Amino acid sequence: MSNSQILITPDDQQVVLQLDKINKIFNEGTPLENHVLHDVSLQVSRGELVALVGTSGSGKSTLLNVMGLLDVYSSGELRIQGHLTQGLSEQQRTQLRSESIGFVFQFHHLISAFNAIDNVLMPLMLRFGKPNKEQIEYAKYLLNEVGLADYADKATNRLSGGQQQRVAIARALVTRPALVLADEPTGNLDTQTADEVFDLFERFNVEHKCAIVIVTHDPRLSARCPRTIRLTDGRIVYDGASADLPNEFTKTV
Amino acid sequence: MSFINAITHLRNSLWIEWRIAIRFLADNPLQTLLISVAISVGAAVIVFITALIMGLQSNIIDKTLGTQAHIRIEATQQHNNFAEFPDGKYVWAIESPRAQRLQSINNWQEVRDTLDQNAVFNTVSPLISGPAFATKGTARASVVLMGIEPKRYSGIINLKDYLIDGQFSIEASDVLIGYQLAKDLGLKTGDKLRIDAGDNHQSVMNVAGMFELGVRELDSRYVYTSLKQAQTLLNLPGGITILEIKIDDVFSADYWAQRTQKLTNLYVQSWMESNGQLLNALSSQSMTTQMIRIFVAMSVIFGIASVLAVSVVQRTREIGILRAMGSSQQQILRVFLLQGGLLGLAGSLLGVLIGYTLIEIFNAIDAKLFVIKLESSTMLSAIFIATLAGVLAAMVPARRAARYDPAVAIRYV
Repeated sequence: MSNSQILITPDDQQVVLQLDKINKIFNEGTPLENHVLHDVSLQVSRGELVALVGTSGSGKSTLLNVMGLLDVYSSGELRIQGHLTQGLSEQQRTQLRSESIGFVFQFHHLISAFNAIDNVLMPLMLRFGKPNKEQIEYAKYLLNEVGLADYADKATNRLSGGQQQRVAIARALVTRPALVLADEPTGNLDTQTADEVFDLFERFNVEHKCAIVIVTHDPRLSARCPRTIRLTDGRIVYDGASADLPNEFTKTV
Repeated sequence: MSFINAITHLRNSLWIEWRIAIRFLADNPLQTLLISVAISVGAAVIVFITALIMGLQSNIIDKTLGTQAHIRIEATQQHNNFAEFPDGKYVWAIESPRAQRLQSINNWQEVRDTLDQNAVFNTVSPLISGPAFATKGTARASVVLMGIEPKRYSGIINLKDYLIDGQFSIEASDVLIGYQLAKDLGLKTGDKLRIDAGDNHQSVMNVAGMFELGVRELDSRYVYTSLKQAQTLLNLPGGITILEIKIDDVFSADYWAQRTQKLTNLYVQSWMESNGQLLNALSSQSMTTQMIRIFVAMSVIFGIASVLAVSVVQRTREIGILRAMGSSQQQILRVFLLQGGLLGLAGSLLGVLIGYTLIEIFNAIDAKLFVIKLESSTMLSAIFIATLAGVLAAMVPARRAARYDPAVAIRYV
């Protein structure tokens, strides 16, 4: 652990995420070489709610992993809250990730060995060790916000899919990240539950002013995001207001 | 200041590793239980066999050394002195070895007093020992006449402990004889016995008591009398043939024998030399035990390693999530190392308990054979080594877990 904390308050930077000509090539230099992302440039500012859409195999998830520092990119420039991520060590990437980014995954991905509130607290515990009162209060507050105040001590495998996903959202927010990345968060939920989960994203987007990037297949949800970025074969083919998305794209979503 | 910060940071950050490690173990109780039992069986075998062999060996050594000195000093053996050989010529000589007549240690009182100065030597006991015949009526037996100084000799063999009849007395014409000799010659306490040491030195003695040392050879041959009486019979007035020594650490006998040899220039022999075969047997026994221990420990280590390897695969996705939640590679590494250590600790605690029970059962069943003592140091070192082995065993799976690519791990189903 390095002692130099990267302390950034969300107010410092209006631009939370900035990608400049990002390329991602898997198995570079081998016969299996696969160029997944081509010169992807985009910018996400504080408080934005962005839908990232595209057919499967278009590179959405890879892009999300690159943005979340879970995966490295091959070339280009990626800044998180103004921080250049080029050449960071695994440790520094982990630190930046834990300070700036919250994740929500498709399959709710909770740690089944822990109960709901411990799952919410996990990012804080991994970073600071034993949680203090304030942190526990905040986790309870978030669980209350997602409507699970009574489920704090429940084992996660006794929660329904929608409940689990709401725990995951609370977990993503517990570090008060500047950026939340969600990979098909409603992918395996029924329509009504999906809508409820999406409501939460919208609410937190407004209340916490965090930028949210949601990868989704669901045209109804992407339509609810003010901005849509569309990816085809690793290239951005549309980046603008969701309302203006050409019809040809909405059909094939 | 930054050092204190680092410590605080380490303690705080280890808190969550402990928590995750314990939760992961508790989350899969059957697996944890099975491997703990396997570890405990291994630990129990190691503890039991170690204590058993240690008990057996110390028992053998105790029995062997109970009736003999640790170091014996005798007069230098007599040898032929050759005249100077002429230069440049080969000389063929046929040497017939000199007869070793009974010979006193020169200035033995001085030697004894010098050795007394050394605190390592618990007892330095003069002894005159020589061959004789014991006769009663027409029955005759060859015996070893042992002239002793009772006070000092009690430090070598405390004859009073071995007395089975009569009383301890070797003054005047009193002798103590082995019960086997008494049987052979048909003697009982109070009977007279003629001792003939040759050269017309003979005397009629009074059997004051009988002993049983438990070694047939000694019980049928030893005749104890006073130093003075024996000196007269063996025709060595004022002399002794052997100085016997006992020390605390019996295995340092060789070292002290060599030092005494240098100091006195006499013929010095330690029990380790004269019981070479015994020691050889003991050391090969120890080696066998060591092999068993190593192989059992290896199977325990591989057991822990394989269980953790499976657990790492099972938890691939959770490891990916933890990494995405901001855990470092080192944290993941420590989580699995801790699990290995915890398994080793839990398993060995149980194993030591089982080993202890086994030993108690063994002692209860056949207390006459010999008693196994389980040293607390054996138990503690078993626990310590097993815990360490657990951490070592976790090394490979833990490194693998730490190196998972989070982007890939998270998709693992």
